[in-house]
Amino acid sequence: MANIYSIHDALQKHSIKLLVGIVAAVSVGGLVEIAPLFLIESTIEKVDGMRPYTPLELAGRNIYIREGCYLCHSQQIRPFRDEVERYGPYSLAAESMYDHPFQWGSKRTGPDLARVGGKYSDDWHVRHLSNPQSVVPESVMPSYAFLATTPISGADIADHLKTLRVVGVPYTDDQIANATQDFAAQATPDGAPADFAARYAKASSRDFDGNPEQVTEMDALVAYLQMLGTLVDFPKIVPDADFNR
Amino acid sequence: MTMSASLSPGQSPDAPVAYRDDVVRWFMIAAVFWAVVGMLVGVLIAAQLTFPALNLGLPWTSFGRLRPVHTSGVIFAFGGSMLIGTSFYIVQRTCKARLFGGFAPVFVFWGYQFFIVMAALSYVLGGSQGKEYAEPEWYVDLWLAVVWVTYLVVFMGTIIKRKEPHIYVSLWYFLAFIVTIAVLHIVNNLAVPVSFFGTKSYSAFSGVQDAMTQWWYGHNAVGFFLTAGFLGMMYYFVPKQAERPIWSYRLSIVSFWSLIFVYIWAGPHHLHYTALPDWVQTLGMTFSIILWMPSWASMVNGIMTVSGRWDRLRTDPILRFLVVAVAFYGMSTFEGPLMSIRAVNGLSHYTDWTVGHVHSGALGWNAFISFGALYYLFPKLWGRKEIYSQAAIRLHFWLGTVGIVLYITAMWASGIMQGLMWRAYDSLGFLQYSFIETVAAMHPFYAIRTLGGLCFLTGTIIMAWNLWMTVKAGKPVEASPRPALQPAE
Repeated sequence: MANIYSIHDALQKHSIKLLVGIVAAVSVGGLVEIAPLFLIESTIEKVDGMRPYTPLELAGRNIYIREGCYLCHSQQIRPFRDEVERYGPYSLAAESMYDHPFQWGSKRTGPDLARVGGKYSDDWHVRHLSNPQSVVPESVMPSYAFLATTPISGADIADHLKTLRVVGVPYTDDQIANATQDFAAQATPDGAPADFAARYAKASSRDFDGNPEQVTEMDALVAYLQMLGTLVDFPKIVPDADFNR
Repeated sequence: MTMSASLSPGQSPDAPVAYRDDVVRWFMIAAVFWAVVGMLVGVLIAAQLTFPALNLGLPWTSFGRLRPVHTSGVIFAFGGSMLIGTSFYIVQRTCKARLFGGFAPVFVFWGYQFFIVMAALSYVLGGSQGKEYAEPEWYVDLWLAVVWVTYLVVFMGTIIKRKEPHIYVSLWYFLAFIVTIAVLHIVNNLAVPVSFFGTKSYSAFSGVQDAMTQWWYGHNAVGFFLTAGFLGMMYYFVPKQAERPIWSYRLSIVSFWSLIFVYIWAGPHHLHYTALPDWVQTLGMTFSIILWMPSWASMVNGIMTVSGRWDRLRTDPILRFLVVAVAFYGMSTFEGPLMSIRAVNGLSHYTDWTVGHVHSGALGWNAFISFGALYYLFPKLWGRKEIYSQAAIRLHFWLGTVGIVLYITAMWASGIMQGLMWRAYDSLGFLQYSFIETVAAMHPFYAIRTLGGLCFLTGTIIMAWNLWMTVKAGKPVEASPRPALQPAE
């Protein structure tokens, strides 16, 4: 009778068979758990309001990734009473559908940032990023003052949008064609032209870092932080509705 | 008994084989070097969390950029050099065959070291792709894929030309480690670069699918890099140092297949209560709890191999490292399934409890079994009678043990406390603590953790000195060109 010992006895005398046996054994779990997530429609709820990042927000997000912010800040609110009271409505899968890669995080040395957008003023963010202890004395966060003095041009941002379109983010031709212009427009103190607002719903344009002279990495990062969690209109959505089951 | 050849690794030499140990020696030196560097950065970032001024306000020295240097440094640089080096040593002895591949093993060594240096430099300069434990960008990933496939070819090639009918237990584990890491690495790092000459890329997956793929990778980096690979080490060095055959060959078969089959399912426990669908979370939790059994089967097999030799724990500090490593493996693999239970995870997730759990495994199991293997291998590889100072090994053992205990107890206390503070309500029904109050409460524990890390690092530096002195000033073994085939001292 074939039991695990006799099967193993055959495999452990033949290196290629052993290799194939191992590959078979380790393939099952991943296939069962990952493949259906791409196929089952209810994995990502249908919600209104989600849009791809603006060029400036995307640049800010890349700074967030570059500095390893995700190592101390999560972007995933769990459905607990205390988390919903502290951070806002729990996170939906749809809210990170354009996130390549996801930034849910695994540790909260600092608070969750999934809905930090709009909770503090731009000025607070700039002061806090420049010198966290000046606004929150007990904070253990590093200083990111150098962001405010590092200019950012957005010259190649259209390439980023194009690449994201390859991996599935629905950037339009219009958005890609105007990417560099939109990048600068969103960070100007006078506000962006009307067609920017048409391309990116709910995107706010202003001078984020309090320095109208130039667009800096601080502008980009604050623009990103200020939009986090603001796209989906929560009172209107019903995550447990039948079509989302 | 037909299985006897597989029970005792390389105990019965007949025709002499000229083993190739130069690459093994290089990997062991690299492992000691990276252990010191990786742990030094660990102590630094622990100190940064205690005293944030130590971030220095510079881009290159902030916690967020240095943390991947620490994790990659200890896991991939120190752990990886140990794994590749010991696997090259063990595969030759247990197959009675010289390492396959001419220049290929040399390429594996330099290629792997180049990967480590590229990765570390890219983090410091801001080139992370933002996936935990998979931070290197696409060009580094491609390079590693080439090196790794070469490693697989060298390893398989050596097994194929073996002169033993059986493939020894350690080699099953090493093979599972090498091939599974290849699959995990390639799938999780699928990405499209923005330009061929730039470093930035965008992950092929997004959101919930990316999260699942990442933790399928992340958890099985633990499962196959830090568990299966290191069990391969355990199944060679524990029997060797204890001079006993493996306690149960049958148990090693059952635990091997169940471990590799079950481990791969456990990833979703990193995503409890997130937007990942409940069915995946439940599957992940269920398999994580099942995983307790194959994990403990390996622990039991390792510990029982020493039975009849327990007295040696008093006199042999190398065996002590190995046995305590297996004990920590047992503790971590009990704690892991416990933390994968959704209700427990609701408290532990996002807190320092996770960090403590990882370190009880990484310091107690991976580092301790590596230290035991290094103390075993250095005299053999350099033809020395024994390690230069037995007293220094004992000191290293106790510094390491005290360091681990300080570290994990501090993280248990701070993790559970922070989890409870986050969910505490006052009598009026308001959240009792602001977030920053929970951060302030962590301070003493972060200080204790730094101290624990410092103890552990000091022990490692003492080991580096001791191994250096063994090579430089140790007494040579009398007249044996093949010291590794002699019974252990």
